Amino acid sequence: MTALLEVDALEAGYGPVKVLHGLSLTVGEGETVAILGANGAGKSTLMNTLAGLIRSTAGRVHFSGQPIHGASAEQITKRGVALVPEGRHVFARLTVLENLRMGAYTRRDRAGVAAQLDELLQRFPVLAERRGQRAGTLSGGEQQQLAICRALMSKPKLILLDEPSLGLAPVMVERVFDVVRELRERDGLTVLLVEQSVVNALEAADRAYLVSGGRITASGTSAEMAGAARDLEASYLGGESA
Amino acid sequence: MSPELLIQQFVNALSIGSIYALLALGLAVVFSVLGLLNFAYGEILTITAYAIVLLVGAGVPLAIAAVIGVIAGIGMSLLTEVVAFRPLRKAPAYAVVFSSFAVSLIVQSLIRNVISPRPQGLAVPGWLDGVLTLGSIRIPVLAIITIVIAVLAMVALTSVLQGTKQGLAMRAAAEDFQTTRLMGAKAGRLILLAFAVSGTLAGIAGVLWILRTGSASPDMGFTPLLQAFVAVVLGGMGSLRGAVLGGFALAFVEVALQVFLPSAIVPYVQAITLLVVIAVLYFRPQGFAKKIEERVA
Repeated sequence: MTALLEVDALEAGYGPVKVLHGLSLTVGEGETVAILGANGAGKSTLMNTLAGLIRSTAGRVHFSGQPIHGASAEQITKRGVALVPEGRHVFARLTVLENLRMGAYTRRDRAGVAAQLDELLQRFPVLAERRGQRAGTLSGGEQQQLAICRALMSKPKLILLDEPSLGLAPVMVERVFDVVRELRERDGLTVLLVEQSVVNALEAADRAYLVSGGRITASGTSAEMAGAARDLEASYLGGESA
Repeated sequence: MSPELLIQQFVNALSIGSIYALLALGLAVVFSVLGLLNFAYGEILTITAYAIVLLVGAGVPLAIAAVIGVIAGIGMSLLTEVVAFRPLRKAPAYAVVFSSFAVSLIVQSLIRNVISPRPQGLAVPGWLDGVLTLGSIRIPVLAIITIVIAVLAMVALTSVLQGTKQGLAMRAAAEDFQTTRLMGAKAGRLILLAFAVSGTLAGIAGVLWILRTGSASPDMGFTPLLQAFVAVVLGGMGSLRGAVLGGFALAFVEVALQVFLPSAIVPYVQAITLLVVIAVLYFRPQGFAKKIEERVA
């Protein structure tokens, strides 16, 4: 399997506070890879750095063999990496349709955009029903689906999902993970997934990395990682999944 | 008060309000994208006004001078972004307050030294001072022109914001700048666009302003900046619809105070309006329009 994303000894943080201390990982073309770790381990920092919202201070990131460390968020999106940020960040005052159009901002093929818009609205009837409504009026789960569709509108090769199930009702968590699985099976996308809900993440992923203190501390196939993940979940049981 | 006078004052308030609304919109466009106030905003009007005065003085027809004046205003706005805002993108907000204020002072001193510290009069063609008479109601031609131009400008802005890709991106950026960048929109270009729109609105307001006052002076930008700021605060910082409502509200309050208050108090009208602003900031820092918008949503 060829590597689509290669992260090598990446260091990044906020001003003087370093969060990632030489983190390395690879994601193969067509794979779904989960990043597990406790709060503050650096998972979101990793995602934001990969998407270009945070500049790395050292290390390298290659996407499709091309270096993207040091590139801006705009350039990285254009290359084919789409981040679905933590907390969804749909444009609440724009309509569902306008949110999707924003997703296609970098594209010039009007016909292609219109066709994909139609296809997504058929596939996500909830969004079709509410296409003219402000995105802020959608439920959390609907907003998450919208955020994923918005990312799809940029025609990415790699999609970065940051905590897609955070704050959702259990029914919606299932729906969102169905969508996550579809991203590979139906859209043929490569997925890098950060998730607190370990069981769901491992179910959806081929492989997983465990992050702690801004470094990778363990990695393996989802089956291999189940044990380590159980320990991890136990370690933040008090705060999170009670 | 006679109904005729009431109607005349109403039109008067409407025409002042449409200038204030343009001013407030221009200030709010940049604020909504950057979260920062441009304290050199008033100088856009100053530059527009001086361009018109100088061009008309050199024999250029007023309409052409006005168009060039607006373009000069846009140039001023873009220059402010490049000189005062862009180099300080990562600096704290107060740094930009100082740098934009510095631009304002530099422009004023330049005009004082290069042109003149004294106000420069504009010879306005006679027909602009005309009055339309409908029965016993007298309405100044300029008031009608002002309202029409301002409404056209607002309609144009709305259709750009609603109907174009860049307009959509600006609305998105006003809500969530980072996520807009994630969509692939270039931050620098969006900000430049916001300043261009801001300069256009302020430039048009500048044209209407100088037609009303008939003269340009180095520090003429202060009052419109203040009015725009008041309107923006009234409408809720960053809300464009709120800025328009705030502009009209401010004009109606001002005119009402002037009409209904005893003449001895009239010189204090501006002080009273500012007191209202302080009260709004204290009791309703989100402005009046926000609540309405939430109810709609």
